[in-house]
Amino acid sequence: MAWLVAVPFLAYVGVFLVYPTVLVLAGAFQDADGGFTLSNLTTLTGGVYLQAFWRSVELSALSALFGAVFGALLSWAVAVGNPEGLLRRTVVAGAGVLAQFGGVPLAFAFLATVGFQGFLTRFLRDTFGLDLFSGSAWIFELPGLTLVYTFFQIPLMVIVFLPALDGLRPQWREATESLGGSAWTYWRHVGGPILLSPFLGALLLLFANAFSAYATAAALVSQGSPIVPLQIRGFLTSEVLLGQENLGKALGLGMVVVVTIAMGLYALLQKRVSKWQ
Amino acid sequence: MAVTTKGVLRAIVLVVLGAYFILPLVAMAEFSTRGVGGARNFDSWTGIFADSDLTDSIIASVQLAVTSSLLMLVLLVPTMTWIRLRLPQLRRLVEFLCLLPVAIPAIVLVVGLAPLYAWVNYFLGYSSLTLTFVYTVLVLPFAYRAIDAGLSAIDLKTLAEAARSLGASWGTVLWRIVVPNIRTALLGASLLSVALVLGEFTIASLLNFDTLQPQVNLIGKRNAGLSIAVSLACLVFAFVLLFLLSYVGRRRRVTVADD
Repeated sequence: MAWLVAVPFLAYVGVFLVYPTVLVLAGAFQDADGGFTLSNLTTLTGGVYLQAFWRSVELSALSALFGAVFGALLSWAVAVGNPEGLLRRTVVAGAGVLAQFGGVPLAFAFLATVGFQGFLTRFLRDTFGLDLFSGSAWIFELPGLTLVYTFFQIPLMVIVFLPALDGLRPQWREATESLGGSAWTYWRHVGGPILLSPFLGALLLLFANAFSAYATAAALVSQGSPIVPLQIRGFLTSEVLLGQENLGKALGLGMVVVVTIAMGLYALLQKRVSKWQ
Repeated sequence: MAVTTKGVLRAIVLVVLGAYFILPLVAMAEFSTRGVGGARNFDSWTGIFADSDLTDSIIASVQLAVTSSLLMLVLLVPTMTWIRLRLPQLRRLVEFLCLLPVAIPAIVLVVGLAPLYAWVNYFLGYSSLTLTFVYTVLVLPFAYRAIDAGLSAIDLKTLAEAARSLGASWGTVLWRIVVPNIRTALLGASLLSVALVLGEFTIASLLNFDTLQPQVNLIGKRNAGLSIAVSLACLVFAFVLLFLLSYVGRRRRVTVADD
């Protein structure tokens, strides 16, 4: 009888989470008639799809790296301040907004700043005669996506890395100092090694986050599909060619595999981290 | 106060990154108040209320935020409470299911949802409110963590046994013992869900529902000023929501200390 209470939850999650997920993962191995095939997956190993995967990986890795480095610096600047202070509250709340709910508004913030008629674009043109677009329409390509992705990657780093910095006990620092160690000794032999695992973990989380992100890129890039999420959009919104019905699902499977690997490594690192706390 | 290397470094980091994040906000304010020939006006901002498609989408998103938060609470609170009290063997499974949406990007989930929603809309009619079902799934990871932290902070077993020994039904235990004791966690979980639903774009746009974010994106194609004004309003609104949330968390610590 005790099991009955859990049934509504399990049934609900079964229908609205597990079923659609299985539909995608199984569909990746099916042809148009539902028979087993590997042709969807072999199609992904070449041409535009493979390129999109590489671009997605490149975008995610670069934005994760920038996000992790600058986010760690910002976390440090906040962590050494007053824990109940206005600065910390503002940064944490702002980071929450941009990291989790930015999406479309971020794309428009980006356009308002460095778009063709953006604030910064106009300012640089009118004041210094600089043309941001002399090279190409870079804001709609990988460099632009990387830049706009840092606006949610740096905040996400603050959210996940701040607790790790808070976990550094002042006693460790005092112990280092009482033994004659400098600030450099502390970071080189105590703080740095302790923070290495959480930092690498956060890097993986940021990578997975950028890899799964869709809204910002979709709002910014309406033509073409440079990255995997936008290619999946293409399969959902346009006529699909004969024999390619399940290619979108195969792309989905590819994304799930990449994200699962990143999140799995993240979970492993988290286990190491929890030993310290 | 002595000027230290650390202080200088901290100031540099805060000023540079602060400027990096404030610049787009300033740019949005500037862009959305542009008039003809360098003049300033608030047409884009007043336009928010004049555009009936936009106001309809705001209403739809607010309704969705409320229904999704409620459904999330109804699904999670009894289940998670019961699992802690009577079904510890299910805990890992439920945790896994709740955190699963983290590993399934929304853009992938929507591929599998498209056929499912053909059925949902066949039986329940074509309404953006049906997005409640999938949004409740999307908020699970956030809500699970918040509620789990809330339940860990109270001595659930003792409270429940005390209430039961005094003749309370399980329903009474849930409604009059558990819910009041974890109310700040429930409020936190609900506010996070509200913010997530108001900001959701991927699934709504690809299932062709006119909620706030797809509408903002659509408007951007013809009236950049208006969509930038709405975007700025969204960011500010979400910020206020989360800023208030940080005080909710603090009040709870104070009451725990008082006890």
